[in-house]
Amino acid sequence: MRYAMAIDTRKCVGCSDCVVACQTENDVPIGFCRDWVTETVDGSYPNVVIELRSERCNHCDYSPCVRCCPTGASHIEDGGIVLVTKSKCIGCGACIQSCPYEARYSHPDGYVDKCTFCIHRVRKGEKPACVAVCPTKCMYFGDLDDENSEVSTILKNRKFKALAPEAGTQPHIYYLV
Amino acid sequence: MKEEIFVSGRNIPDIDPFLNIWHWQIPIYLYLGGVAAGILFFAGLFTLLGKEKEMPATMKWAPIIAPIILVLGLFFLFLDLKHKLYFWQLYTTMRFESPMSWGAWVLMAITPLSMVWVGSYMKEMFPWWDWKFKVLNLFESWAIKNRSNIAWVMVVLAVILGIYTGILLSAFNARPLWNNSILGPLFLVSGMSTGAAVILLVSKSHYERTLMSRIDLLLIVIELFFIFHMIMGFRAGSAVQIAAASLFVGGPFTITFWVFVVLLGLLFPALLETLELRGFKVPVIIPAILILFGGLMFRFIMVEAGQITRYLY
Ligand code: SF4
Repeated sequence: MRYAMAIDTRKCVGCSDCVVACQTENDVPIGFCRDWVTETVDGSYPNVVIELRSERCNHCDYSPCVRCCPTGASHIEDGGIVLVTKSKCIGCGACIQSCPYEARYSHPDGYVDKCTFCIHRVRKGEKPACVAVCPTKCMYFGDLDDENSEVSTILKNRKFKALAPEAGTQPHIYYLV
Repeated sequence: MKEEIFVSGRNIPDIDPFLNIWHWQIPIYLYLGGVAAGILFFAGLFTLLGKEKEMPATMKWAPIIAPIILVLGLFFLFLDLKHKLYFWQLYTTMRFESPMSWGAWVLMAITPLSMVWVGSYMKEMFPWWDWKFKVLNLFESWAIKNRSNIAWVMVVLAVILGIYTGILLSAFNARPLWNNSILGPLFLVSGMSTGAAVILLVSKSHYERTLMSRIDLLLIVIELFFIFHMIMGFRAGSAVQIAAASLFVGGPFTITFWVFVVLLGLLFPALLETLELRGFKVPVIIPAILILFGGLMFRFIMVEAGQITRYLY
């Protein structure tokens, strides 16, 4: 089992519904977010390329955040989901430093918080809130080890990239380009 | 031209637009750890070399400072934690992959050891001193008898502690400025040089001062070499490393780094120490304070600048 997400940058319209859905589903405190949308503009008029990306924790295979955690609060669950155990987190901030994607933040209650791939929904067979709510259906979630899963199928048929693989993290959010 | 904006208006405190999750506590923690490592290293080393008699400040007086600043350092680490009530979790696990973890353990070992060290010299330093309890007296005579064994352990732990202050930063591959293998040795040498500066401040013996000045001079030269080596390595590196080096070469930290760390913190004290060794009258307090100041600035700049550097995608 290896959960992953593929996001179609050509279908995304940047509405930020995924962001709001996550904040609601996961009780994210006001002013914080576990996922966010960026717009990258390349070139200058009239030759401009725009890429919209819904970003979040990449649930890396070789996750520096898990490696540097002094207490083991950051850990990898079945299916490769990277989680933080609140009651073990001391809030030292090492994992926030270690993430090349700035995917973690310090929760006002002190512990470090981040995307969980909505593990509570996924375990029930549902999709993560962001995927479920996307109006353009541009996100695909599933098991990479299962050849017929939605995410495996789309990655077989489309060109894709991951963010900063040169950071050595082996990220698992794929962007269809 | 490439431009990136947050469509969803992300503006998380301490993370956007620049990462700044570690404030002043961490550089001070690293600094105090380095100074203590330096002091304890020299105390242990000269014990093993059999120079107890000639080096009173190195043996007894400077080490008094070590446990105090180690405890202070741990306190600053504690201040940095945001989930403070859970800090004890740090000492329920040992994770070798995490420098924060083994560093905290090394501190837990070397802090009491430094207290034992100072304790074993208490009566020599303060003849009126009385341990009050018999156990403590017994413990003292054990410590005095085993001083050279303690010195061995202390030298090793001090080196690990000194290196740790650099590795804590260099282990983060997400921060290109920190992520270079020379940072550990660089912080170790810098820590030892600041430790030597403390000894110079405390010492009254001419022999001891001359010897420590010589050692300090050598350490400064090594440190300068490491710094150039680090920057050259960056300049010959990947895009993110070149961007990291440019913070110091033309970027926003150029002046603070070259003036406060390299010029005032290293070159100038090195010059003064050379003059003094040549027989000129230079009040030792000036180079010593400059070195201590330069070391502190170095850690502040590294922690601050490193957090800005990141992977671009
Ligand atoms: S994206 Fe960041 S927080 Fe998520 S697993 Fe990778 S390093 Fe850790």
